[in-house]
Amino acid sequence: MGIGDILFAGIALLTVVSAAWVAFSRNIVHSAFALLGTFFGVAGLYVFLSADFLAVVQALVYVGGILVLILFAVMLTGKIGDVKVSNRSAGVLPGLLLLVLLLGLLGALVLATPWQVAGPAEAVPTTAAMGNALLSEYVLPFEVISVLLIAALVGAVTLVRKEEDK
Amino acid sequence: MTVGLVHYLLVAAALFSLGLFTVVTRRNAVAILMGVELILNAANVNFAAFSKFTTLDIGGQVFSLFGIVLAAAEACVALAIVLAVFRTMRSVDVHDTDTLRG
Repeated sequence: MGIGDILFAGIALLTVVSAAWVAFSRNIVHSAFALLGTFFGVAGLYVFLSADFLAVVQALVYVGGILVLILFAVMLTGKIGDVKVSNRSAGVLPGLLLLVLLLGLLGALVLATPWQVAGPAEAVPTTAAMGNALLSEYVLPFEVISVLLIAALVGAVTLVRKEEDK
Repeated sequence: MTVGLVHYLLVAAALFSLGLFTVVTRRNAVAILMGVELILNAANVNFAAFSKFTTLDIGGQVFSLFGIVLAAAEACVALAIVLAVFRTMRSVDVHDTDTLRG
């Protein structure tokens, strides 16, 4: 077991434990900060998958953007007084049953399926290849997602704008 | 033992299950959104893992990137809706927002 395996185990553990904290914490601010660990753990997994560009995008967009947005929403929608137990859950027992069953099913599927593994691709910088792919083979999805992004941003601004005086 | 495809798939399965658990049990709309983010992250890890271990090309990573963009769009619209709901209902508990229930 080399140093790489130990590092991978550590990062995978960080990811899963933080995700469990997100799922089970009774304080929504703790959940939001545990999400930070998950996002950084997934960025680490991308580094292990030799997806350097994806790792940086994950850190920038998730940690720098989405997490800050979620924290803003938590602060803006919570009542300051009851921030202690602000993350109530309902139906935890059926939820736990679902969690265990789903995890068992997915795990059994992953272990039982004979994957056509072609050996790990060599670790080369991916940024240039990704730029080429985005502007040649995947140019249509790229354009569609640009339109979707601008529609989402305009929609978000319209939704949160204060009503004008009638 | 080296780290292979199966290990990434198992981590992603754990992320997905925990995300689904969060979505079905939480009552706070923002916490439900966090669960959705976990699920999307699990899908993105799978894309990148298959890209490295089976197809050996960049396609999986490109779709991971699209997944991240979709998550960003989803987060900003959903949080705008949550803020709008909070302004009218003074609550983000999904059990309180049942005005349309017959």
